Amino acid sequence: MVIATDIIDSGQRRSRADARHDAWFRWLLRTCALLVLAALLGAALSTLWGGREVLFGDGLRFLTTTQWNPVENIYGAWAPIYGTLVTSLIAIVIAVPLSFGIALFLTEIAPAWLRTPVATAIELLAAIPSIIYGMWGLFVFVPFMAAHVDPLLDSSLGRLPLIGALFRGPPLGLGLLTAGIVLAVMIVPFISSVMREVFQTVPARLKESAYALGSTTWEVVWDIILPYTRQAVIGGIFLGLGRALGETMAVTFVLGNAYDLTASLLMPGTSISSSIANEFNEAAGLHRSALIALGFLLFVVTFIVLLIARWMLRSLKQKEGTA
Amino acid sequence: MFSIRKIALVIGLGAAGLTGFANAADVTGAGSSFVYPVLSKWSASFAEKTGNHVNYQSIGSGGGIAQIKAGTVDFGASDKPLDADDLAKSGLGQFPSVIGGIVPAYNIDGVEAGKLVLDGQVLAGIFLGNIANWNDAAIAKLNPGLKLPDAKITVVHRSDGSGTSFNFTNYLSKVDADWKAKVGEGTTVQWPTGIGGKGNEGVAAYVQQVKNSIGYVEYAYALKNHIGYALLTNAAGKTVKPGNASFQAAAATADWAKAQDFNLIMTNAPGADAWPITATTWIIMYKQPKNAENSKVVFDFFKWSLEHGQSQAQELDYVALPEALVKQIEAYWQAQFKH
Repeated sequence: MVIATDIIDSGQRRSRADARHDAWFRWLLRTCALLVLAALLGAALSTLWGGREVLFGDGLRFLTTTQWNPVENIYGAWAPIYGTLVTSLIAIVIAVPLSFGIALFLTEIAPAWLRTPVATAIELLAAIPSIIYGMWGLFVFVPFMAAHVDPLLDSSLGRLPLIGALFRGPPLGLGLLTAGIVLAVMIVPFISSVMREVFQTVPARLKESAYALGSTTWEVVWDIILPYTRQAVIGGIFLGLGRALGETMAVTFVLGNAYDLTASLLMPGTSISSSIANEFNEAAGLHRSALIALGFLLFVVTFIVLLIARWMLRSLKQKEGTA
Repeated sequence: MFSIRKIALVIGLGAAGLTGFANAADVTGAGSSFVYPVLSKWSASFAEKTGNHVNYQSIGSGGGIAQIKAGTVDFGASDKPLDADDLAKSGLGQFPSVIGGIVPAYNIDGVEAGKLVLDGQVLAGIFLGNIANWNDAAIAKLNPGLKLPDAKITVVHRSDGSGTSFNFTNYLSKVDADWKAKVGEGTTVQWPTGIGGKGNEGVAAYVQQVKNSIGYVEYAYALKNHIGYALLTNAAGKTVKPGNASFQAAAATADWAKAQDFNLIMTNAPGADAWPITATTWIIMYKQPKNAENSKVVFDFFKWSLEHGQSQAQELDYVALPEALVKQIEAYWQAQFKH
């Protein structure tokens, strides 16, 4: 009897302790998740608060004008917003097809012995700190652009009507195009390793069936692999875009840091993050407020980009549903 | 559960270990990056002599002023002097530390280093974008006999806020009314033209890489990077070469005696041999320090630097303060500071 109650007692104690531990564990996990939300909300609100003088004082004028004059305390953010968007766009336009090619080569075409070394090399590229890309950009790539690419673009594409305006300018080597290309090099490893991982998840059964029906490699890629992995591929692209939007040091080195708004991609510009990095040290008063407001704008821009990504994914899903 | 207890123990020990590192003889300063190289050299020699450590954080002049006003450091350093009202309101005093020069640096095809001559108005015209080609008549007039190419000028300026930009734009504002009206002076200004490099090293790198460009850097950077620097025609109408002699001439001919709290910017100094863009960095301290012990160490440090550190400063291409100015600073210390 005594022994039996002991066993029951210890069992109850045990289950009570289990329940308590479970509750703790749940609570711990919830805290972890909430902490991220709190940090995000805190950062967004504190940049909003820090930039309130400019954001609420100037309102739309801050967003749409290009004058950035710390002496007169007049601030307009359009030039850095434009620079951020254009450099990121160039980066994505270059990086997406390139990454797609790399990932396909590694999963479909490359001989097995080559796959691991190349994949490792690409992952190593992703680990290089951005300041190294900045130095390489400034000391190696900028002179190359100035000596070879810029004059070539100016004398060929620059002569064309309409799009010619994009490629006209003195051969500085620095500028929006150079920054976009350096950003592309930086985000290729991210996008291509995500693509490679998800391409590997496509069941061999599906691919082999398609080959058996007489499909070419390209048809297999376009009709089997891509539809199967579309969501993850778009996710990878937006991961890269997110990095391009926020990249600071490498861009600061090669962008030219001028608050100019020119049609030409060969001319210098500025970006949100490089403006902040450049000027924050010596900024006080309204200037500081304007820079913090720029930080808030970067939040907003990134948020909008993520929203677009979500929206694209949803519309893709719906299309699949109706098809 | 054991592991959690263990982790807590380790964290506790770690925290205890960290507090053990605090040392009473450490003093801290923060501010201008212009003086960072010489302050760190002085600090190392001073520590050898006295065992006291002076930690200097080069966070920018604006940051230095903010930190000393918040009382988080023992001294601040700024490339831009505070005015008398501001100093009085916070109970602060300031004095110059070392002198350095800022030079226009250029990279023009076929023009050797030190051959180009400019004056304030032409320099302002170039940085305004009004003089946009190297074969402009205004430049040619100052450089008879020099063959300048028919090439577009690319202007390079600082992209970060800096005391170097402040002194440079202050000089252009003094010599050119157009510049003063359109751009003005400041650590960051709205540059009418050109590209921006981060830091002296950024401007130096851009000038070296972009052909037919002109920028401005601290003299030491131009020397270190072997960039061509221009000669300037000064306020007295004489063309001078940058260097120890002309920087010191500027410091000596500036009218320090009349400047309250040394509030005087040395650009466009009147002396016949004065380099027109000469600059200093002010050390800012409390007149009635909260931590008297630390403050005394700081005074010892700067006293030592005035007496023994100036030759080390010259090795780094700064310039020693003129004798008369040193005397004046010492008198200012006696009269204004409690130590």
